[in-house]
Amino acid sequence: MFTPHTKHDVEVMLGSIGVGKIEDLFKEIPAQFRYPDLNLPPRLTEMEAAAELESIASANATTKDLLSFLGAGAYDHYIPAAIDNLLQRGEFYTAYTPYQPEISQGTLQAIFEFQSLICKLTGMDVSNASHYDGATAAAEAVILAYGHFRNKRKKILVSRAVNPQYRQVIRTYMQADTSLQIVGDDPETGIAPEMDKFIAQIDHDTALVVVQYPDFFGRIIDYTQLIETAHQLGALVAVAVNPTALGLLTPPGEIGADIAFGEGQPLGIPLSYGGPYLGFFAVKDALLRKLAGRLVGETVDADGKLAYVLTLTAREQHIRREKASSNICSNQGLMTLAATIYMSLLGKHGLQQVANLCYQKAHFAADQLSGMDGFTLVDEWTPFFHEFVVKCDEPVDQVLEHLLQHNILGGYNLGQDYPELKDHLLLAVTEKIKREDIEYLCAVLQEENHG
Amino acid sequence: MLVPENLKYQKTDEWVKVKDGIATIGITDYAQDSLSDVVFVEFEIDVDDEVSVGDSLATIESVKAAAEVVFPVSGKVVEVNQTLVDTPEVLNESPYEEGWLVKVQVSDESELDKLMDAPAYDTYCQER
Amino acid sequence: MAEPTIFDLSVTGRKGVTFPKADVPETALPKGFVRGKLQLPEMSEMEVVRHFTSISQKNYAIDLGFYPLGSCTMKYNPKINEAVSRLPGFAATHPRQPENSVQGNLYLMYSLQEMLKEIAGFAAVTLQPAAGAHGELVGTLIIHKYHKDRGDHQRTRILIPDSAHGTNPASSAMLGFEVVPLPSDARGNVDLEALKSLCDERLAGLMFTNPNTLGLFDENVCEVVRIVHEAGGLVYGDGANMNALLGVFRPGDVGIDILHFNLHKTFSTPHGGGGPGSGPVAVANHLVDYLPDPLVGIVEEGDEENAPLYGFIHPVKSIGRIKSFNGHFGMHIRAFTYISMLGKEGLRDVAEKAVLNANYLQQKLKGTYTLPYDRPCMHEFVLEGMWKDVPGIHALDIAKRLMDYDFHPPTNYFPLIVHEALMIEPTETEAKETLDRFVEAMLKIAEEARTNPELLHDAPHHTPVRRCDELKAAKDLVLCCYVSENWPPGPQE
Repeated sequence: MFTPHTKHDVEVMLGSIGVGKIEDLFKEIPAQFRYPDLNLPPRLTEMEAAAELESIASANATTKDLLSFLGAGAYDHYIPAAIDNLLQRGEFYTAYTPYQPEISQGTLQAIFEFQSLICKLTGMDVSNASHYDGATAAAEAVILAYGHFRNKRKKILVSRAVNPQYRQVIRTYMQADTSLQIVGDDPETGIAPEMDKFIAQIDHDTALVVVQYPDFFGRIIDYTQLIETAHQLGALVAVAVNPTALGLLTPPGEIGADIAFGEGQPLGIPLSYGGPYLGFFAVKDALLRKLAGRLVGETVDADGKLAYVLTLTAREQHIRREKASSNICSNQGLMTLAATIYMSLLGKHGLQQVANLCYQKAHFAADQLSGMDGFTLVDEWTPFFHEFVVKCDEPVDQVLEHLLQHNILGGYNLGQDYPELKDHLLLAVTEKIKREDIEYLCAVLQEENHG
Repeated sequence: MLVPENLKYQKTDEWVKVKDGIATIGITDYAQDSLSDVVFVEFEIDVDDEVSVGDSLATIESVKAAAEVVFPVSGKVVEVNQTLVDTPEVLNESPYEEGWLVKVQVSDESELDKLMDAPAYDTYCQER
Repeated sequence: MAEPTIFDLSVTGRKGVTFPKADVPETALPKGFVRGKLQLPEMSEMEVVRHFTSISQKNYAIDLGFYPLGSCTMKYNPKINEAVSRLPGFAATHPRQPENSVQGNLYLMYSLQEMLKEIAGFAAVTLQPAAGAHGELVGTLIIHKYHKDRGDHQRTRILIPDSAHGTNPASSAMLGFEVVPLPSDARGNVDLEALKSLCDERLAGLMFTNPNTLGLFDENVCEVVRIVHEAGGLVYGDGANMNALLGVFRPGDVGIDILHFNLHKTFSTPHGGGGPGSGPVAVANHLVDYLPDPLVGIVEEGDEENAPLYGFIHPVKSIGRIKSFNGHFGMHIRAFTYISMLGKEGLRDVAEKAVLNANYLQQKLKGTYTLPYDRPCMHEFVLEGMWKDVPGIHALDIAKRLMDYDFHPPTNYFPLIVHEALMIEPTETEAKETLDRFVEAMLKIAEEARTNPELLHDAPHHTPVRRCDELKAAKDLVLCCYVSENWPPGPQE
């Protein structure tokens, strides 16, 4: 379909090679396995494929058909049109990894700008060119810290209020090292915002403390004391951050975090049923040499002109091989570009605006809901950013089912991940939600109560 | 290629000099030349660490390569040349003098017998 | 001229995309948490568009020209893929939506799993891994857990051919496996004697790329698998080179236990300047239970009237979750579309034309450049980028000079077992005229190497920037735009 060869081309080429037919080029494949008959659906032309894909897509309900209050790690923000317009330029999306800087300055400069934006947003010194997503970035933070102490500190302390998927991925990545303990997120230590029981577990054997900001429940917690304590005991601190929140809130770099990482999907990347997304990862200068992943640096070319190149490549797998700290090869390329363009288009004002709108609307929603019978806002869980938790008198599944019948995605059932939060619902409100949407949500819930 | 007479050598391109039970260890001229411009030195050990032959001493990064340096002798680390972290180019400029890496209190001097002397190392390098 | 950065272009007070005022009563901001400075650029929308359009034009790309990068499979990226992945029916679905509201997505993922199974000859496929290296990690985790569950704690070694991609040893080492290099023989196959001697009770597995990075199909593939299995090890297949095998050979048929695919190589999803990739992993029957959690499956069988109900299932001995949500769904859509359009005939055509193109180039170049393994190749081949009688010229110089002929250079310095390697993979979407022009350029450069080597040493001459000072980049580290404490200047809004 995309092969341009004419019969004549093939003839000439075979003649040049010195074989009679194409099959002769596959002689080394054992005869009994050669040319299997694949059981696949009949081939389609582009027109047929387009129709088929439209048909499959229409079997979904989407956040365009449904009013969505779903968050829990992926957020429905407005994506300005210019982003996709630029992303679809063939020079960007059909380019390869910029190993040859002379003909990759577009990609390299865009990554350099991404690194800069992330540093400014998070208050950190150096950012890499991205990881796959927030969850794998969390695992890489653990690998970095563990290696930093040369595997001598054997404890990783992770808060239970960190996204459950992040905690699962950390455990998957580290499962081969049975001497390493990943603790702190048990129900006994709990999720109280004061975090006393959690902080009490930091000791001289702790390599890394991992917390989230805002946390999985949307709460804004002051980690200054926690970070001080950790540092006094020689441990590193990694904070998982929501980038939209950083348009409004004090960044982790300003309160002493050693590592700031997170999910960059809110920065101009479509929901797309979970991927591809964007893991960003930034550190203080002291940890620069431990950074995994690609790094773009500034230099000059043979004429003294400013140029960008991949640098410190000796850390990476293609040179270090088994001594590399991480096996990571690709970064999230296009998604990194999307986030860079988003942050450039919105700029300081736009990002502040979006953050503020999310905050304001979420608080209005929380207010309205807490005034209703059958729903209780978990009071001591303020302040929060754009997500909040309500306790439901009825089973959450029932509430969500009722809402779905009215074309509303009501939020995330926390009981799935937290047995102690069996009747609790996590709702997210972004700048896309209008006041009348919130009022509609309440009206439908009111009906559920009284109907 | 500089191969000082009074030192002992390993196939993995480390040199050793022992005086009063203390061994000074570094990388050879051949090694620094192969790596070309060194940009970073990362030590894998601290002072007071007990080490054995073959243990990882440091990783040396240049623009195009990263090489592991391993201990040619066993003992206890008594000094680490931390100045290399700020001025790694010294490894290229003076691999046998200012570019020394660590000093170790040797636990078993007979280990030195297993190492190559200058002529043997020189021949080895010629044949590579 | 160097393009200024977005921080350089920022003008205080300028606004780009803005949003409506809040339509709700105001809530006070959280005390003590409001940030002071936010040092992000302030640009108008047109400024932003001009900036990124301008820098894009400094890139080389498949849409502009030939990219013979060995091991990367730089084939044409069909535009229909971009159109369908942007359908709101896909793009606007949230990963936490209830399964019954996204049956389209789940059907697509399930179908892609089935297609990949069939193409490579395996029992099950996970679409979770985000990239090839991520897939390798999954593979090594499965090997690790498989042996652990059987109480085989002494199996600590993974054998990796000396020609392997760097991610292979890196992935193994991440789990604490001892990486043991495996030499190749003079014909470029895995050295069987060396393999036999290394297969003992400490063997966890072999990571095997076939065709290998020399572009050669291992003539003893069945024997290799048999030897490893007999010693109780598992064989992991690095599927980066599947482009040579589509419709021609199925790794699963010879007993390979685990295989990863690179959708961004073989299955036409875009390279995007470095990502995102997608690295699905296929496993044989005995390893199905170890796949990452969750996996797409049929939770309720269908009948003549109703379609099956698709959902997420949880393999009982799963290595665990390896990524948030569901893998790179946007890439699954593209690969599904590509495979749907090609069908079995189209896939076979891909492999045949890829191998034809590579052999054609190999034939035309081997007289002038040294071909260390003179055998028919698969979809790629490796030349030496040097001549003994021209000592001043290295593969790097040839690569840089190719840019003056408007070609992206082949892969340099990999695999490590060939001196000054130039790994060339034309892919099946290139026309004969392009290949002929490439040959012409390569022959000219070989001549220049002898008659006018300075042209190579100073190359490239006509690119947006010339050879870059990589030493300076590593020593004088500048990893983000410099922004002073009091930036931005001028009146604050």
